[in-house]
Amino acid sequence: MTPILEMRDITKTFPGVKALSNVNLSVAEGEIHAICGENGAGKSTLMKVLSGVYPHGSYDGEILYDGKPARFRDIRDSEQAGIVIIHQELALVPLLSVAENLFLGNEVAKGGVINWPLAYQKTEALLKKVGLTEAPTTKVEKLGVGKQQLVEIAKALAKNVRLLILDEPTAALQENDSQKLLDLMLELKSQGVTQIIISHKLNEIRRVADRVTVIRDGSTVSTLTQAEITEDRIIRDMVGRDMANRYPERTPKIGEMLMEVRNWSVMHPDQPRQVIRDVSLSVRKGEIVGIAGLMGSGRTEFAMSLFGRSYGRDIKGEVTLAGAKPDLSTVSRAIDAGLAYVTEDRKALGLILDEPILRNVSLANLEGIAKGFILSRGREQQVAETYRGAMNIRTPSVFQRVVNLSGGNQQKVVLSKWLFTDPKVLILDEPTRGIDVGAKFEIYNIMNDLAAQGHGVVMISSEMPELLGMCDRIYVMNEGRIAGELTREQASQERIMALILQDGMKGEAA
Amino acid sequence: MSTAETNKPAATGIGAHLGSHLRENGMMLALIAIVLFFFVIVRALQGVDFLSAQNITNLFLQNSYVIIMALGMLLVIVAGHIDLSVGSVAAFTGAVASVLMVRMDLPVLMVIPMVLVVGGLIGAAQGYWIAYWRIPSFIVTLAGMLVFRGLTLWLLGGQNIGPFERSFQGLSTGFIPDLFGPDKPNWTAMVLVALAAAAIVWTGIRGRAREAEFGIAPEPAGFFWARNAVVVAALLFVGWKLASFRGLPNVLLIMSVLIVLYAFFTESTTTGRRIYALGGNEKAAKLSGIKTERLVFFTFVNMGVLASLAGMIVTARLNSATPKAGVGFELDVIAAVFIGGASMTGGSGRIIGVVVGALIMGVMNNGMSIMGIGIDYQQVIKGLVLLAAVIFDVYNKNKQG
Repeated sequence: MTPILEMRDITKTFPGVKALSNVNLSVAEGEIHAICGENGAGKSTLMKVLSGVYPHGSYDGEILYDGKPARFRDIRDSEQAGIVIIHQELALVPLLSVAENLFLGNEVAKGGVINWPLAYQKTEALLKKVGLTEAPTTKVEKLGVGKQQLVEIAKALAKNVRLLILDEPTAALQENDSQKLLDLMLELKSQGVTQIIISHKLNEIRRVADRVTVIRDGSTVSTLTQAEITEDRIIRDMVGRDMANRYPERTPKIGEMLMEVRNWSVMHPDQPRQVIRDVSLSVRKGEIVGIAGLMGSGRTEFAMSLFGRSYGRDIKGEVTLAGAKPDLSTVSRAIDAGLAYVTEDRKALGLILDEPILRNVSLANLEGIAKGFILSRGREQQVAETYRGAMNIRTPSVFQRVVNLSGGNQQKVVLSKWLFTDPKVLILDEPTRGIDVGAKFEIYNIMNDLAAQGHGVVMISSEMPELLGMCDRIYVMNEGRIAGELTREQASQERIMALILQDGMKGEAA
Repeated sequence: MSTAETNKPAATGIGAHLGSHLRENGMMLALIAIVLFFFVIVRALQGVDFLSAQNITNLFLQNSYVIIMALGMLLVIVAGHIDLSVGSVAAFTGAVASVLMVRMDLPVLMVIPMVLVVGGLIGAAQGYWIAYWRIPSFIVTLAGMLVFRGLTLWLLGGQNIGPFERSFQGLSTGFIPDLFGPDKPNWTAMVLVALAAAAIVWTGIRGRAREAEFGIAPEPAGFFWARNAVVVAALLFVGWKLASFRGLPNVLLIMSVLIVLYAFFTESTTTGRRIYALGGNEKAAKLSGIKTERLVFFTFVNMGVLASLAGMIVTARLNSATPKAGVGFELDVIAAVFIGGASMTGGSGRIIGVVVGALIMGVMNNGMSIMGIGIDYQQVIKGLVLLAAVIFDVYNKNKQG
């Protein structure tokens, strides 16, 4: 195994912070090398050093590429050498065609004039390599996230990539798209493309990676070979402690019925099709109820339509909340009725990133810090300080803008905001997405506390182990319907998948 | 990466405070520097006193309408929109006022509220499309700019309408009568200004006390007093000058009351806060129970009302409604808001910044005119000042990371 890449003693400091400290990484030619670590461990910084985003000279240490020292001044430099990064946020132009995107900045042109026939021909060849059959003239916005990801890879191939770096490539993908992507990675490996994958998902790593390097707090902790890769080992190295129990212990105290939804149906906002069909579910006091399902199964749409009709039209169905028939026709009425919804997308839908923590915490309940129309900023700060303590939000001050917080701490701010509205039922949509293992544990603890205090908690999640570890009951959704309901004792990954598949066949038969 | 993760106490001290309030204090200093610059230059070149009682009075009369409209424009811009129609709306409402008073002979006290309602309706007509139909405000108000300019021409038939009764003129060129007799100086003006200064210091002290009570790290004491001393000195100086001339212009009083009201509204009320939230992240605001459409609609209605007030003030000042009134106002107003530190994407900006921004533009207009600089150079210089202010903002923001 000759190394194609060796990074030696990489140290990178930002004002006041040592982001990387003597990191060593060795990637063998033709392997798939996974990099694991909590958020903020330094994975992305390391990749930015490698690709020249942080140019040579702005860090200490040495990079050997093909055995020769490499000094990349910018991304162009590293791409010239065949190193291509695909970032978590895709860098495609939605309104341009696939072909235009593939050769963006690298056009098939002579003297500035594009040779379209040749470009289309090349595009078709590249798309075939990644398993896409779309026409080269298709606009990228017409493609789903999964296919866009494949276009990104085709774009990398267009640059004659030798070392492909994928930063959490499946974070936004559905299960079957993820599988396709992982297959493609193995296919590319057989063609000799070396790959680095940054991922949180341990099952994926086990599936594709030849070796794993674990980074913690800006230093290399270990490099494991295929045989040594186990979830427990990786988790232990990532968090620096054994996590025998990834889900906190809890003895559920389930009380009276809190919320019942019956025959909930919703139409798509602008297409003539039903998105949610006759969904009925219930939550009791002190209960954590899960909603499982594939992406696109209608879980988020159901939650948003329930929460002040924030999604869809022609919403039909009945809701009973704490014995009453609440008015849920607008978000503010839903909040008043005792409903809270923590959105799936924290940054776009949950937070005002440029505003400080305290203003985000008070946002959904300004009346709670005001007398009449007039705000009390002192009260606002007290409230924020209370939640900062209760939720263990790690920040020097509640005046810190939330954009500067890590994902886990941002999520705690969102939870604080909703708790301050004094909800009876909290719907949490993917509450631990993009959050590192340690912070996940804290979020689970908060959820358990909420249940213990008599709240009803509904948890929507795509991570089945998380649902199995946390929930008292799990509803399985598929194509907008409830495909089944499982108690904690009955539930297993296999049964959930089986319910989804059986329902899918029913849907096809109908 | 993890700068915010450590539980270290927030940095304190004058340096840190200056850093975090660089923008506001910088604008204040820039205004003072510009005033002093003109004071020295104008005296040296023309032998004229830039800070004469008459010129200070003029400064307020000339700029009141920009400041008044900028208050409304700040809300519009904070909500993430823009209003290009304010100049035309001011002209149109001024024309409406003149028609009502001169042609229809209605009493002034009836006309003023009627015209304010017209302004509100115009704002509502534009805000409706922007808020509920999601037509970009740039387009809607660009259309409004053309429509209301055209309607002004139509209403006036290409002619000027005037003159008006003294009571209407008083809206702009009137002064608050002296309760202590007609002798100079005008003690009413002096007392009012002194009271205002005292109120500013008192609210400052009370705010500090409250912050201390809640454990907020306050502004360093020395800095607080230095800043207040400068503000009070400037106020008393201006007050003294005004008192020794004709007293407090009515329009200065209207403007001051509005500034205080809007500062309070934006910083201390639930509705004000919600406008900032809406501009910061509309979707998140909506999912937090904020009625975003209604708020956008409100900011445009409010803008219409303030534009009509400004329109009447301008009309009163010229003592006639003219088809060309208010041309280019929108640019002065928008420039004032951005010089005052509002963000182009919405969600941030303060009333005090906008007032200082408008005064900077006003002082430059006035100073350069006295110096006899041609309108050509004036425009170039004003454009560069706007650009520099915004570059300064963006640079600072990037530096903070």
